[in-house]
Amino acid sequence: MGENWAFVAILTVIALTIPILGILAAMVLAPKRPGAIKNSTYECGLETVGDAWVQFKVQYYLYALIFVLFDVETVFLYPWAVAYQSLPLLALFEMIIFLLILGIGLVYAWRKGALEWI
Amino acid sequence: MLHALPLAESLAETTTSLSGWLTGLFSGTAPEPGASSSAAGIIVASILKATVIVLIVQIGMLYATWGERKIIGRMQDRLGPNRVGLFGLAQPFADMIKMLTKEDITPTAAHKWVYNLGAILVVPPAIIGFAVVALDRNLIAADLSIGALFFFAIGSTAVMPIFMAGWGSRNKYALLGAMRAVAQVVSYEIPQVLSIVGVLLLAGTLSMNGLIHSQGPIGDAFPGVWFILLQPIGFVIFLLATTAEIERTPFDIPEAESEIIAGYHTEYAGIKFGLFYLALYFVTISASAVGAILFLGGWQPPFAFLAGIPGWIWMTAKTLALVFVFMWLRGTLPRLRVDQLMAFAWKVLVPISLVNLMVTGLLAKLVAGRAPLMVFGAFTVANVAMVALLIWLVAGWRRFNAARQITFERPAVQAVGAALRRGAA
Repeated sequence: MGENWAFVAILTVIALTIPILGILAAMVLAPKRPGAIKNSTYECGLETVGDAWVQFKVQYYLYALIFVLFDVETVFLYPWAVAYQSLPLLALFEMIIFLLILGIGLVYAWRKGALEWI
Repeated sequence: MLHALPLAESLAETTTSLSGWLTGLFSGTAPEPGASSSAAGIIVASILKATVIVLIVQIGMLYATWGERKIIGRMQDRLGPNRVGLFGLAQPFADMIKMLTKEDITPTAAHKWVYNLGAILVVPPAIIGFAVVALDRNLIAADLSIGALFFFAIGSTAVMPIFMAGWGSRNKYALLGAMRAVAQVVSYEIPQVLSIVGVLLLAGTLSMNGLIHSQGPIGDAFPGVWFILLQPIGFVIFLLATTAEIERTPFDIPEAESEIIAGYHTEYAGIKFGLFYLALYFVTISASAVGAILFLGGWQPPFAFLAGIPGWIWMTAKTLALVFVFMWLRGTLPRLRVDQLMAFAWKVLVPISLVNLMVTGLLAKLVAGRAPLMVFGAFTVANVAMVALLIWLVAGWRRFNAARQITFERPAVQAVGAALRRGAA
């Protein structure tokens, strides 16, 4: 069992070296002729207007928040699903109540407009 | 001490003997699958397995790009690449050489560390996901007891490098593209992981080999049929959510050329752009492999009398079939607008997967321990009922939308129609 995780660790190290090898190969093979206009920030061929690190919409924060809620729900669902066949019928109803509570939360967010893009 | 390679009795035995020989080679003990006592033996065997995985996946990815261009070309009534080598088979190598020899233009305003790390870190999650993919009964690199959860968890870590790439580029459009990409990926994570909870319920295990064993004639666990027959809704949701996770058409708004130039990888040139492309195809192949394991029975043959054909041929065929489905979707469907995309995830896929999960849980308790045919029958009835309910709801929604449009558009359309008829008559 431990050797499986040792393999994952070694695979992580090897996987990290693959892109680094690629970049090293490109550093050897590719030409390097930097120029002021070539290295400037791209904005469809125009001069850039204002700083690039713009203020962004709060909508992204709301999506991330709802994602965290449902991800924690998933974290609770996985052990329940794996142990399901040895649980009594009551466990099913408890989980259905849990899912309904979260479903009501989703409906609330929907009606309040938290899921709209704008 | 080397052991002689045992003679294989049938073609299906080759994989068992090969893996046993490889392990025995490095641990010096009798060939047993997975047995390796010394630390050095484990490390060397791991490096060998990792190299084999990377090589196979790299070749697979190169020919997946070839296959994509040919298949989509044929769907669009054209030939696809056919100049470089016979049938264009050397095209991926030409592309690789092109990417390596292009100048690496780094914008002066970019934040060097974050910009470079973003490109480097997007590839490892794609490769590590292959650790739990089972090619055959004994050809799984690491049969973790939490295999399925591991795969989706590693996939989630691919979100950070996307945002690092967009933010580090110091480009308004790259940043907006990165934020859209992150919003899309996290939104479609939820239907993706919820759709497979039904499968986990029926199998009772998270390990990949365990999931495969509970699906086939060569197994002894609960249902004994492929999960696609019991969970077709889960399969469709998994396919759609995975298409969105890997940002392919019709969900490729974050990187669509005509929409936002190239989204979060606008400012990358040469090999760094190639790394994003690489990661995309790696995840396509690994997600297809995991879909084949979860829903199509992995290395199990569909019928017991076909067990003579080795498992890895079945697994490869099923993975390639799912890769073809992804390419088919790309060649057929138009792109979704970003607000349609997000609405589809949260308002359609999440409710459907929750309902599917509850119905599956109920049925699994009711038909526990019955014959596979009865299980299949009960699930078919429930699935047909759910699909009928879904179609009824969609029809009602379309009628509701049409009713809202009549008050605004109908008089104008009727006036135009009447004018045309007067003009033509």
